[in-house]
Amino acid sequence: MAQYAILIYAKADVEEGEVVPGAREAHDRHFEDMVQSGALVAAFALHPADTATAVRGDTVTDGPFIDAKEVVAGVAVIEAPDLDAALAIAQANPAAQQGGGVEVRPVEGGYIADRPAAA
Amino acid sequence: MTHAEAAVEAAVADAHRRGWAQVLAATVRVTRDFDLAEECVQEAYAAALAGWGRDGIPDNPLAWLTTTAKRRALDAVRRTHTLRSKLPLLVEPLETGGAPADDEPDSLDPEHAVADERLRLVFLCCHPALAQEAQSALTLRLVCGLPTADIARALLVSEPTLAARITRAKRKIATARIPFRLPAAAELPDRLHAVLGVIHLLFTAGHTAPSGAPLTRPDLVAQAMRLARMLRELMPDEREVRGLLALLLVTDARRETRVDADGRLLLLEDQDRSLWDRAALAEGHDLIAGALRGGRPGRYLLQAAIASLYAEAPSYEQTDWPQIVALYDALLRAWPSPVVALNRAVADSMVSGPTQALQAVTELEQDGRLARYQYLPAVKADLLRRLGRSQEAAVAYRQALDLTGNDTERAFLEARLADLPQAR
Repeated sequence: MAQYAILIYAKADVEEGEVVPGAREAHDRHFEDMVQSGALVAAFALHPADTATAVRGDTVTDGPFIDAKEVVAGVAVIEAPDLDAALAIAQANPAAQQGGGVEVRPVEGGYIADRPAAA
Repeated sequence: MTHAEAAVEAAVADAHRRGWAQVLAATVRVTRDFDLAEECVQEAYAAALAGWGRDGIPDNPLAWLTTTAKRRALDAVRRTHTLRSKLPLLVEPLETGGAPADDEPDSLDPEHAVADERLRLVFLCCHPALAQEAQSALTLRLVCGLPTADIARALLVSEPTLAARITRAKRKIATARIPFRLPAAAELPDRLHAVLGVIHLLFTAGHTAPSGAPLTRPDLVAQAMRLARMLRELMPDEREVRGLLALLLVTDARRETRVDADGRLLLLEDQDRSLWDRAALAEGHDLIAGALRGGRPGRYLLQAAIASLYAEAPSYEQTDWPQIVALYDALLRAWPSPVVALNRAVADSMVSGPTQALQAVTELEQDGRLARYQYLPAVKADLLRRLGRSQEAAVAYRQALDLTGNDTERAFLEARLADLPQAR
């Protein structure tokens, strides 16, 4: 088994009215599926990119680090036997069907503290 | 060189052509590392060159080579066990079951297991997680067994660039754990498409060299043809595989007549049809006829059918143009590409006339996706020429010339431009 990070990208600047109906429910179902199958190691959903603050050297600026059409909206770490299996899980991610996309990267190493994520 | 030495050399060369992929695929099962496997396979071929002269050419050269390469691989793996990479290639156990492959004489390998090994290698090299330029380089290296220098020359990149590309691809295969196995049924259509795409790309690159003088690079064409034949042998039931092989056969059958004795490009209408390779055309035709039965045809099969229909006409004028246009319409549904739409417009100019075709080409021009495609202004120029609009035709020929790197095609366009009445 290997671990893969699934970086979830969503369109930047999505207005409240543009949110695809049922998007959150779809993400919740996908999350449940990954828990049930035992593939999920960790998952985090992030607040919108306009809440981000970038730090480079001594400079602190507003906004995400890279100005792009898509921004990181969350990250999941999964366990899979090989890349094809990881891609099958990634393809089921609702972000891929909601105008965004996901990036699958092999995990080199990591650490998770035994403590719940922020509510 | 004696007669016997020549015979050994020919046998080794033949075994390299036919068997490199299967010997490598079997060896990588032992090493789980492509660099080591390639080294062992190369050594096995070198040993054949020396040993077959002394002991005679074995009855089953590929089994001999596989056994020799795997034995070397086992020795190397035992020797360097502790030093081996932390991330070996992800190799699944063979489905055939039974004893581990290295204890078994290879001549006893069931035919299909050997075939599957070569397919695994092809699908690994063309995995969609690899960039297409890496897919072609890796396929030529691992499946065809070409030396890096030859691949670099064929793909028009420097040798260090190509070597780095192959190294990066191998590292990604190991780090991201791209598996060495056949795609699942659900993945197969997409994955097969990637494989066919790489073969077609190699053929096209060889058929029309993007830059420099000669119009074809026969070595790339030959490799693409060999890969298509191998795939056809390994996946006889896939209609798109048959379609691709037919497309390559029918296209290549006209190779000798694409340029005249002075190396100038000849249009289809000016080519000497009696020089076309009838055997290749017939083989292509049979493949198409068989594959068209049963279900909706895919992209390669339709392209092959179009190429074959062009070739079957006794003369350019007698081409079945309405049928060609109908096939292009089917192709546009299977593969909605602006290049297909452009080709359809050319055929339609013979049915509906150049005015309507020019309208379609103008729409494609406004669409913008073909902005860097030299054949769009070339087609437009030809239609304008046929309509007697020489001034506009001259502008379009110059646009085409600006986009064309191939010397033979440039000479053709320049001649057309010079022939225009009052094109100054």
